[in-house]
Amino acid sequence: MTNTTNQKQNFIKGIVKENPVFVMLLGMCPTLGVTSSAFNGLGMGIATLFVLLMSNIVVSLVKSQIPTKVRIPAFIIIIASFVTVVEMMLEAFIPFLYEQLGIFIPLIVVNCLILGRAEAFASKSNLISSIIDALGMGLGFVLALTVLGATREVLGNGSIFEIKFVSEEANTFILFILPPGAFIALAYLTVLFNKISIKS
Amino acid sequence: MRKKKSTFLNMMVSLLVITLISGFVLGFVNDLTTGPIAEAKLERKINALKLVLPKFDNNPVEEIKLVRSGQAKDSIEIYPAFFKSEFVGVAIVGASEKGFSGLIKIMVGFDPYGKIKNIVVLVQKETPGLGTKMKDAKFIHQYINKNPSSFNLKVTKDGGEIDALTGATISSRAFSEAVQMAYDEFLNNIDSIKELKIKDYD
Repeated sequence: MTNTTNQKQNFIKGIVKENPVFVMLLGMCPTLGVTSSAFNGLGMGIATLFVLLMSNIVVSLVKSQIPTKVRIPAFIIIIASFVTVVEMMLEAFIPFLYEQLGIFIPLIVVNCLILGRAEAFASKSNLISSIIDALGMGLGFVLALTVLGATREVLGNGSIFEIKFVSEEANTFILFILPPGAFIALAYLTVLFNKISIKS
Repeated sequence: MRKKKSTFLNMMVSLLVITLISGFVLGFVNDLTTGPIAEAKLERKINALKLVLPKFDNNPVEEIKLVRSGQAKDSIEIYPAFFKSEFVGVAIVGASEKGFSGLIKIMVGFDPYGKIKNIVVLVQKETPGLGTKMKDAKFIHQYINKNPSSFNLKVTKDGGEIDALTGATISSRAFSEAVQMAYDEFLNNIDSIKELKIKDYD
């Protein structure tokens, strides 16, 4: 009974209390780089979720076989392999998304969220906990990127998931689509998120 | 389970095993995806060709003609289209390095007289929301059914007849340059392209 409650908390912490983007500020490169639309944010989030899940599983399985001193290179090789798999799969089966995400797919390798979870959690926990941790953290990341992407798309382009709700000629805050807008939107969303999550 | 000690041998063996396994996995996935990746690329090319060319019944991808040009680093791709062995048009890939973020690649479809039928953007890295609007029908529409021999492809700021995208003059300029390049290659090669099919029947 306590075990399931623990696992539930383990899952929820990644979405709320330890949200990788809004609370821990991990993985900022893709967070700022690809969230110019809700769809891009969602796609990037799901690709990261998959890599995080697979790397957490493998790291937690092989943790006792890896000598402490070489654990970081070992984790990075595991993560890089899965990222390359994701990249080839995307190019083969979802070429549209592959083009949109571009250089940010190989950069998942250096997303500190993934290495961070491998180092701080999966290398110390059993398989089940690691899977749940990856799902929680990954979903937290997906949600954060989608919300950020949606905010920027609504303000900057007057659309959401590419569905326009303002006329073609209407002026939108183009700034929000541009890189500075990513920082501004992220800052305000972080404040908002923490305000709400501290209250509750 | 106890952790393995960090002896030289242990470290070497564990890294060796991990890299070995990941090498095998990647090789396997690579084998698995090579086919679909090539197919996806080909499909994208065929879709673009269908958009810019009139109805055709030959296989332009196989009859591709590559020409060298002083204007571009790579050889230029020219896809001739025939319908009932009559020359109906040609698609030419034009490029410009002068986009706001570098390379812009477009495919321009011409009818046999050099009138632009349609344009598809193949590669661009322009600013989202500004330069990316070059993909919109509204912008491309300015080029359609125009013959560059009697139509100045440059943007209005440079004395031409194309209204540049708001906030993306550089992108628009590069786009026009790529169209111009495609048209130049059309003029340079039109005679040899027309002969292609006729030769086949001789």
